[in-house]
Amino acid sequence: MSSKVMTMSQAVGKFVRDGDTVVIEGFTHLICFAAGHEIIRQKKRDLVACRLTPDLIYDQMVAAGCVRKLVFSWAGNPGVGSLFGLRRAVEEGVPRKIEVEEYSHFGMVARFMAGASHLPFMHLKAFEGSDLPKKNKNIKFIRCPYTGKRYATVPALNPDIAIIHVQRADEEGNAQIWGLMGVQREAAFASKRVVIVAEELVAGDVIRADPNRTLIPGLIVAAVVIEPFAANPSYALGYYDRDNAFYVEWAKVSKGKAGMDRYLDEWVYGLSGRREYQEKLGAEYVGKLRADDRPSGSVNYGF
Amino acid sequence: MAEYTPSEMMVVRAARELNNGEVVFVGIGLPNVACNLARRLGAPELVLIYESGAVGCVPDRLPLSIGDPCLATDSISVCSMVEIFNYYLQGGRIDVGFLGGAQVDRFGNINSTVIGDYDRPKVRLPGSGGACEIAIHAKKVIMVLKQSPKSFPRKIDFITSPGFIDAANSRSRFGFPGKGPSLIITDLGVYRFTRNTHEMILQETYPGTTVQDVRANIGWDVKIGRRLETTAPPTDEELRTIRQDLDPDRIHLR
Repeated sequence: MSSKVMTMSQAVGKFVRDGDTVVIEGFTHLICFAAGHEIIRQKKRDLVACRLTPDLIYDQMVAAGCVRKLVFSWAGNPGVGSLFGLRRAVEEGVPRKIEVEEYSHFGMVARFMAGASHLPFMHLKAFEGSDLPKKNKNIKFIRCPYTGKRYATVPALNPDIAIIHVQRADEEGNAQIWGLMGVQREAAFASKRVVIVAEELVAGDVIRADPNRTLIPGLIVAAVVIEPFAANPSYALGYYDRDNAFYVEWAKVSKGKAGMDRYLDEWVYGLSGRREYQEKLGAEYVGKLRADDRPSGSVNYGF
Repeated sequence: MAEYTPSEMMVVRAARELNNGEVVFVGIGLPNVACNLARRLGAPELVLIYESGAVGCVPDRLPLSIGDPCLATDSISVCSMVEIFNYYLQGGRIDVGFLGGAQVDRFGNINSTVIGDYDRPKVRLPGSGGACEIAIHAKKVIMVLKQSPKSFPRKIDFITSPGFIDAANSRSRFGFPGKGPSLIITDLGVYRFTRNTHEMILQETYPGTTVQDVRANIGWDVKIGRRLETTAPPTDEELRTIRQDLDPDRIHLR
C-alpha cells in the first residue's frame, strides 16, 4: 500500500472544506491544537464544529471566525472556567453569531456510536426531567418495543472529517493510542474522511507486534500527518505532559477580544506551523513537559 | 485551631460523606478535590471513576482537568467513553455521583447551562457534560456549590440535570434508576431532602454560621431541620492534606 503521509498544511488544505462538519476529538488527552491552528491559518469558514468538549482550540477557532455552528456537550476550560471566545460569539455575536446544538456527554457519545454503526439513531436512558430536549429538538423519545419503557434517542452524527491525534501510526494510518481514548474510535468510524496526526511514525511491524493497541485502522484513514508536539498545551501520554499553567493563563489571555486577537496573531497567523511554534516555545519549555519513563510490561502474542 | 476558608470547609465535609469501597463518579472542580481528599484520608479504597475513561484512579497530583494524565497512570483500567457511559453509568455500577453547578432549586434540580434566557443568555455556562446522566443513573447524588440568593433561587433558569424535578415521586414516574440527590453541601451548611415532599431541608450549619445566614442566602422559605447540628470544623490533618498535597497553588480553592 502506498504512503498516506503528508504535511499538516496539505492535509487540512485537501480534506477540510468550507462548510464541512468537522470533529477534532480528544478528551483532554491528544487534542490536536496543530490542526486547529492550521484550519485558522487557512481561513476555513462556516464549519460545523463538533466535539464533546470544545476547549481552548475550538475557542480559538470560534474567535477566528471559522465556525458557523457548535455541536457539543460541555464547553468550558476544564478545571478553570469559561471559554471567553465562545461566550463572546454566543452572548454578543463577536466576531459572528454562532448556532449551538447541545447534548450531554452520553448524548454525544451515542450520536457517534450511531454514526459509526451506520444506524440512524441510538437510544439511551437520559435527558428526561432535563430542559435540554426542549431546546434541542433532535433529542426525542421512544418506547422500547419489548418492555414499553421510555428512552431518549439522538440522531447519528456523521462528520465530513475527523482529525484524530495519536501517539504513533504507520504510513498507512494504522494508529495506536494508549491512556485516555475518549470517543476517538467512534468519531473516526462515524466520519467520511479521517486524518491521523501522530507524534511518531513507526514501521508497520511495530503496529502488528501489538495489535490490541490499534484504535483506528488504516483502512478508514485518508491521510497521515507526522507532527511531534502537535497536541500541546494538551498532552500525549508517554511523550509530554499537559501544560496546566497555560490553561489557567488562558482565562486571562482570552478574556478580552484584544488579548485573544493578539494571541492568534502571535501564535497562529505569525507562524508557519508546529515546528516554528515549538521553536518559539523553546527547548527549556519543551524539556520541562517531557514525559517520565513509565514503560508497560510486554505480553506474549505467541501461539 | 487553624483558620480555614469556606471552600475548605465544603471540601472537607464532602470528603467525610464518602465511604471506603464506594464507586464514585468524580466531577470537575470542588468534587474532584473532595474525592481525592477522601481517598487520602478516610476512604483509601474509594474507587474513583472519571468520565474521561479512567477507572480506579490513584492520581499522585490533583488533576486540574478530569482528563489529566495522572488519572491514567497506575489506574486499574482505561476504557473508552462509550464504555464509561454505557457499561459503568447506565449499567448501574456507580454508587455516588458528585455534581456542582451554578444554580440549584429546592428539589435539587441543577442548572449548569445558562444564566438568563437560553436563546439570549446573560451568561453562557459550560453545559451538562456528563451531569445530566449522572443525576439520573448514580445510586445517589451529592452536590457541592456555594450558596447565595442567585445560586439558590426560587426558580432556576434551566434544568440541566434533574433532581426530584417538581413533585414527590417524579423520579419514579420517569423510571430513573438512581435515588436522586441525597446531600447538598454549601459554604454555609448541609442540606438533605425530606422523605415525602423531596424538598431541601437544612440539617447542619458550620461553626460560625447561623440559620439567619442561611436564610439570607436562599431564594425561598427553606425548611430547617428539627435537630440541627453543627458540622465539626476541618482537622489539622484535613487542612494539611488539602494545602500541602492537593492544592498547593490554590487553583481549586480560591
